[in-house]
Amino acid sequence: MTRINQNSYERLIDENEIRIDGRKLDELRPINIEVGILTNAYGSALLHHGKNKILAAVFGPRELHPRHLALPDRALVRCEYRMTTFSVEERKSPAPSRREIELSKVIRESLEPAIFTHLYPRTSVDVFIEVLQADGGTRCDGITAASTALADAGVPLRDLVVACAVGKVEGHILLDLDDIEDKKGEADMPIAILPRNKEVTLLQMDGQLSREEFQRALDLAIKGCEQIHEMQKEALRKKYSEIQEEVLEELNEFSEKEENQD
Amino acid sequence: MMKTHQIISEIEREHIRSLVKKGLRIDGRSLDDFREIQIKTGVVEKAEGSAEVQLGNTKVLAGIKAEIGPPFSDTPNNAVVTVNIEFIPLASPLFESGPPGEAAIEIARVIDRGIRETKAIDLKSLCIIPGDKVWVIFVDIYILDHDGNLFDASSIGALAALLTTKIKKTNVQNGEVELLDELQPLSIATKPISTTFAKIRDELLIDPSLIEESVADARLTITHDSDGNLCAMQKGGKGSFTLESILKAVDIARMKSEEIREKI
Repeated sequence: MTRINQNSYERLIDENEIRIDGRKLDELRPINIEVGILTNAYGSALLHHGKNKILAAVFGPRELHPRHLALPDRALVRCEYRMTTFSVEERKSPAPSRREIELSKVIRESLEPAIFTHLYPRTSVDVFIEVLQADGGTRCDGITAASTALADAGVPLRDLVVACAVGKVEGHILLDLDDIEDKKGEADMPIAILPRNKEVTLLQMDGQLSREEFQRALDLAIKGCEQIHEMQKEALRKKYSEIQEEVLEELNEFSEKEENQD
Repeated sequence: MMKTHQIISEIEREHIRSLVKKGLRIDGRSLDDFREIQIKTGVVEKAEGSAEVQLGNTKVLAGIKAEIGPPFSDTPNNAVVTVNIEFIPLASPLFESGPPGEAAIEIARVIDRGIRETKAIDLKSLCIIPGDKVWVIFVDIYILDHDGNLFDASSIGALAALLTTKIKKTNVQNGEVELLDELQPLSIATKPISTTFAKIRDELLIDPSLIEESVADARLTITHDSDGNLCAMQKGGKGSFTLESILKAVDIARMKSEEIREKI
């Protein structure tokens, strides 16, 4: 947490409105999403976003343990957001922190509006998010990765959930804050939406924003979410188009063999 | 997983939902009415500061203790503030003994951010020996009676208690800290006030009671500082909000926060 050398920079945004990592004010860090990379999970996703590396896995709908938690009319959604001990500058204690407990709750509540839980009464849908490396905005990436993993698991969804952070740094409203911008900035606001109807499923804010700045930040966040949403869909399509190709190839081979036998 | 909502009958649920459609509430309030707020300060003499807050039938007790301890390594010149909330079983049949659950941790962290991010307390003034000894301010909130909106009751309690807090002056000689008998109040720069909404049938109800929370789809807490700037927000619950309803809530919250600030 103390890696920021006070003297290593003067300003986070220069006079041309370019940020310390070379981005424009409304520019996302590079994002890459891979889907279905784990074998045991029903669905999984690995999200690279700047220096963030987030792994999400979904198990379920499956039999719920302990059973007394079962809901008679819907599936129980559970979520665990955890950080690896080596994901941050100073080793994080492996015990769940209060931050992780709170984030697990708000992430679960951001995903649940998207899930058709009533289709699977008495079961659980378990979402696990492991932050392998953290550089600001990991709760948002956790949500984006988890909803992609939910889709990969074949859990019926109203929509994907996509999240990104906006904030205020040196008086500017910025998209996608990294760790330094988050720590040194005046405000930080993570948001998750259902892109189809723009319903907000996660909204947190701390820092200082005027009413007008808040509205601008909200609009910018929606734009960021829309961009990430395209990458989410692309990642899912890629996995299934690959499977489609494999199946088609096998079908071709099979029909060739049949022809040869004839 | 501890539940903070009660089970209610379908008939009552439908009653509350149909009332909301007409802009009415089960306890006779309008949608943007707070329940009556009563604040008593100085209720626990052994604490450095304390406040008992009653919000309708919800009752919370906030107490402040201060100790000298080490600062966080990344903020060596700042005092430490920690907020903790206890959902004790005497407050509600919904509460169980044990360490704070996720609901309690969520409220504590939102209040903590509301105080920290607004720089409500001048933390630098509470540094005794930079990098070594600072005041550690413990804000502990006990829920005594749970009838909904623990967010706002707790945050009002925390602020009211901090405003009455007096800590001992110190004298440093040769790296040794001497506590003097003379007391000093905390310097409070701004008064963050939270306003919580419950969403029922696409309508936003301010200051939801427990029964309303049990019917609600989602919750939104919005905190404003003394200058009317937004300083903390937190959405909760398994529902969602439209962008328009969030902007509307921000405007209502700003007005309400001014009204409440006058009472503290």
